Amino acid sequence: MSAILSVKDLSVTFDVRPQGAWPWTPPLKLHAVSEMSFDLEAGQCLGVVGESGSGKSTLARAIVGTVPTSGGQVNFEGGDLASMGPAERRVHRRDVQMIFQDPLAALNPRMTVGEIIAEPLVTHEPGVSREERKKRVRELMERVGLLPNLINRYPHEFSGGQCQRIGIARALILKPKLLICDEPVSALDVSVQAQVVNLLMELQRDMGLSMIFIAHDLSVVKHISDQIIVMYLGRQMEMATAETLTTVPEHPYTQALISSVPIPDPVLEKARVRPVLEGELPSPLAPPSGCVFRTRCPKAQNSCAGDRPAMQALGNGHFVACPYHQAEEVLAAS
Amino acid sequence: MYPNPSTVEALEDAALLAEVQGRSLWADARTRFFRNKAAVVSLVVLALIALFALFGQFLTQYERDTVDFALMGANAHKGAPSFETGHYFGTDNSGRDLFARVVQGTGISLMVGIVGAMVAVIVGTLYGAVAGYFGGRIDNIMMRIVDVLMSIPFMFVLILMLVIFGRSIFMLFLGIGLISWLDMARIARGQTLTIKNKEFVEVAHATGVHPMKIILRHIVPNLLGIVIVYATLLVPSMIIFESFISFLGLGVQEPNTSLGALISEGAGSMQYGTLWQLIFPLIFFVLTIFSFFFVGDGLRDALDPKDR
Repeated sequence: MSAILSVKDLSVTFDVRPQGAWPWTPPLKLHAVSEMSFDLEAGQCLGVVGESGSGKSTLARAIVGTVPTSGGQVNFEGGDLASMGPAERRVHRRDVQMIFQDPLAALNPRMTVGEIIAEPLVTHEPGVSREERKKRVRELMERVGLLPNLINRYPHEFSGGQCQRIGIARALILKPKLLICDEPVSALDVSVQAQVVNLLMELQRDMGLSMIFIAHDLSVVKHISDQIIVMYLGRQMEMATAETLTTVPEHPYTQALISSVPIPDPVLEKARVRPVLEGELPSPLAPPSGCVFRTRCPKAQNSCAGDRPAMQALGNGHFVACPYHQAEEVLAAS
Repeated sequence: MYPNPSTVEALEDAALLAEVQGRSLWADARTRFFRNKAAVVSLVVLALIALFALFGQFLTQYERDTVDFALMGANAHKGAPSFETGHYFGTDNSGRDLFARVVQGTGISLMVGIVGAMVAVIVGTLYGAVAGYFGGRIDNIMMRIVDVLMSIPFMFVLILMLVIFGRSIFMLFLGIGLISWLDMARIARGQTLTIKNKEFVEVAHATGVHPMKIILRHIVPNLLGIVIVYATLLVPSMIIFESFISFLGLGVQEPNTSLGALISEGAGSMQYGTLWQLIFPLIFFVLTIFSFFFVGDGLRDALDPKDR
């Protein structure tokens, strides 16, 4: 198995102008994502978790190419997407598609569902005839669980779950190789979440898709992913297979994250001890030196402020960015 | 009396298979607009005025530039509006039929308004959308150009243009076209800034849709609501603008005329007892302006139901 997507030292920084600054003062650098490296095997699903503001969405946008990268490589099928010019890049966009968090906001309110789903097709295969296009849209609508006769309806006439299905259909019409899901279910209610996640898993299996699945809900990510990356303030904290990460996490942040997932059993829930994280996420404009998590880490020591901890391999695809890591059995929600 | 079960099934199948026609936001807005009585009445009045301007000439036997020498100087008692002489609106100081002249004046005034609004909609919207979408330096340069153009006193420039190049309808259109799009460009840019951060624009970008296509397919249709409202309100202000120019005696050239020129003429001879020369053009002027305002109001309520 070879990696379909290989990200090396990817960094994204944004220029932020301090308020009331002169035009010539240098802007502040906001480090949204720094030095992320990972490989995604073809046909696998990579989960990305982390709290709000940890740079998950920026990572997704950097891979898709709607946000400019400031360093590193995004190798997709051998070519570095990050260093391509806009025209060359546009050709490659058909193979990498994305699903967004807010299902309704991702659909143009002035276009019918048919036009929305067909847009990637019109863009990348302009030669396809109108009938053929319509046929493919209807097939795909059926495939994602929408009635094909709703093809002429407008987005505001659909529910959130249906809108997300439209988004999925649009992302899949070109049969992409990589699908990036940016919190696709967080805006939906729980019963619909399950349907959409199951639909995504089914589609991944049937179409041989590789996926990056971003969420802040660990239980959803665990359900769908093969590998999981934990992010904190734009940096990788831990990476492991879904099973390992949720049962024997090594990094103190992962442990805190997992123990914050409630267990739907009042007896167990009451009995377990959970390390509670104090404080807020530090500002990405001025991240802490060394390990960015040290300001909230229960195991922080003086040396954590020194060098940034490197990712250590623990074997079996398990990497952790903490020198004081310690396996800890956590009671996770199933 | 129960329907045959197979019929019921067939009906259900048909209901499932038939394509449902969705109700677009435009269709919703249309329904809301037609529920607004003042707006609908104004629309009818506007349609009648447009018909009057287009076909009014066929209702009278006089041409707009034929001088009736018998009436010259005897205007106050012989040139009054009457059905017997065929001068429905009376005659002007030179003995020309006022009806024919009002027909032509209304036509020119409407044209000026509509051309001004069209230039604003096409040039202003595209200019603003491009500036807003690309942002950064392009936006800065494009909008500073607008600022510079706006800071030029346009009445002065237009008067100079009319004096230097001669008075013609074409010059008038050019002058009005030059200024009308500036405000529209600013409005369109402001709206584009909010729309371009919506996720559906990002999706299109991520899919690889060309930037110009994104602007035309995703941004402009979502701008259009506000643009249409502004355009309908722009038409009357263009008409007023042209009337002002004509009132100063710089607009349309004789024997052509516009409502502004007719009002100016009528106002000049008011004290000689020929009030109809003022009243008839004024009625058409006021009706047109009011109707446009009401239609614009109705459109705003229909297209932007949140703001009511």
